[in-house]
Amino acid sequence: MDGVPALGLKERQLKTRILIALMAAVALMGAGCKSKPPFVEKPAASAETTLPSTNSGAQSSGVATVNAGSGTSSTGALGPDGPLGSQRVIYFDFDSSDIRNEYVDVIAAHGKFLAANATVRVRLEGHTDERGSREYNIGLGERRAQTVRRALALQGVQESQITTVSYGEERPAAAGSDENAYSKNRRVEIVYIN
Amino acid sequence: MRRTFWALLLPGLALLSASARADLKIDITRGVTDPVPVAVVPFARAVPADGGLDIAAVVQRDLESSGRFRGIDRTAMPSRPTRSGEVDATAWRAQRADYVVVGRVAADAGGSVQLQFELVNVLTGQVLLNETVNSPQAAVRNGAHRVADKVFEKITGIRGAFATRIAYISVDGSPPNQRYQLLVADADGENWRPAMQSTQPIMSPAWSADGEWLAYVSFENRVAAVFVQRVRTGERRQVSARVGVNGAPAFSPDGRKLALTLSGSTGNLDIYVLDLGTQNLVRVTDDPSIDTEPAWSADGQTLYFTSDRGGAPQIYAAAPQAGARARRITFGASYVARPRVSPDGKMLAVVTQDGSGFHVGVVDLASGQITSLSRGTLDESPSFAPNGAVLIYAGRDRGQGVLATVSTDGTISTRLKSDQGEVREPVWGPFGQ
Repeated sequence: MDGVPALGLKERQLKTRILIALMAAVALMGAGCKSKPPFVEKPAASAETTLPSTNSGAQSSGVATVNAGSGTSSTGALGPDGPLGSQRVIYFDFDSSDIRNEYVDVIAAHGKFLAANATVRVRLEGHTDERGSREYNIGLGERRAQTVRRALALQGVQESQITTVSYGEERPAAAGSDENAYSKNRRVEIVYIN
Repeated sequence: MRRTFWALLLPGLALLSASARADLKIDITRGVTDPVPVAVVPFARAVPADGGLDIAAVVQRDLESSGRFRGIDRTAMPSRPTRSGEVDATAWRAQRADYVVVGRVAADAGGSVQLQFELVNVLTGQVLLNETVNSPQAAVRNGAHRVADKVFEKITGIRGAFATRIAYISVDGSPPNQRYQLLVADADGENWRPAMQSTQPIMSPAWSADGEWLAYVSFENRVAAVFVQRVRTGERRQVSARVGVNGAPAFSPDGRKLALTLSGSTGNLDIYVLDLGTQNLVRVTDDPSIDTEPAWSADGQTLYFTSDRGGAPQIYAAAPQAGARARRITFGASYVARPRVSPDGKMLAVVTQDGSGFHVGVVDLASGQITSLSRGTLDESPSFAPNGAVLIYAGRDRGQGVLATVSTDGTISTRLKSDQGEVREPVWGPFGQ
């Protein structure tokens, strides 16, 4: 393909490395190991740490969160025992990015906290259920995240405190192809990051 | 070259790990009513150059997997000829064979094998093919697929696509401890190998037209980013990690550009074209709706894409240029998304929704007619075989993501059985060179 920089490795070097790799692979096979794919993701450098959470439902995507309220105290505003700790997931109706009445106060509480703590940042992760095409669902998840972003901004949260990511249907909170699962998957997770 | 990340990786390991398990098995779920009976007689071996591979078995399985052929069981074969001159037409007709394939494997000192084969019409006695396929010893299975391609084309008039590859995504484990893999396999599911794996989602794989590169979206850094990766070596490059959505990559036919979807910080998804050489970025659509899933026409002059600017998702077309005017392509279905263009440019494969769920189907571009082809309720991600005769797509069966195919005329369906956990987003690669 034109336009993509060529591989910066000489043919002979490559062959040597392939030979070494083959030898290594034979050794691995002898040990009954399954070899690695050409590219394995390195752990992302991240400021996130995991907090033990009493709220397993809200943490179903496996996203790591951090107590950004008061150091390591479990009684900080965002700690598992704090007022915001148990309400970090906003659920949505089918094919909708409108915030339901029941979540208005939840988002307002996060917004007030963030507005008062300008160094604290959040990532809003938008999700959909599995119906429909995958990239279109990325769009729907992004719409949901943006709705929450705007609601937070109305509380005085700075743009720089918020990032959004849409996972579409790629990271369901609940397995299954029924409305019970779908209703848990149409969501925005509010993830506090340092 | 800022924001560009290269990882050079070694190809040998993955290649060796591949063929230990056969992980996708093709089952015919609906075939033609009178498949052509064909006998593929075991080839004369060349030990050890053929690697112990049963060439005839691969050829027979390929032909049967198309749903258009029925193999003659070996126990019913009246003899084991390896040349057309040894084929007793009367005896084969008695076994209800219409065609007999015979052949032999030869090896040369240079490490290549020659698959010499003949196709005999036993109804007429005519030798229809007498050819030799050359292949490196390490790729003798591919050689067998090329034999099947030639037999298939001679009898059906359709170019065979057995010697091609598919890429797809597999997911195993349960949330939050899931492993996502981008896999590349032969079109029959054999010889699979991982190209990339991650604990975070990988999605939207797309081949370059020359089969050298795969583009895909990876969330490995907790944000969406588009990568291009050379299939043979594993060498890869992050080409877009802009703020917001980076999705739906599609190589232009000449491989120089990538159409993709970006949202920026405002969350408004639009279609862009990125020049992979110059990094020049052109915004094609500018609409407050969701515009995504671009697909190039074969001549590179049109981008088809999904947009919900009219309310629900429908297919639109625009020239791949800044400020291009979009025209709507699909009418008459409530939900039409994720277009892929057929090799002859006459059809789009799409996802459509009706009262019974989501199906894959085709849009005839001349008439606008939308035909639903699959019968599942959550079918998605259709991709044309390079011969245009078949779509591969993803569906769900008992809660599990599975791969399936359907002929573009709707008459033949197959299911690819997998033990790789959830499999999804199959994309059929191009013909080999």
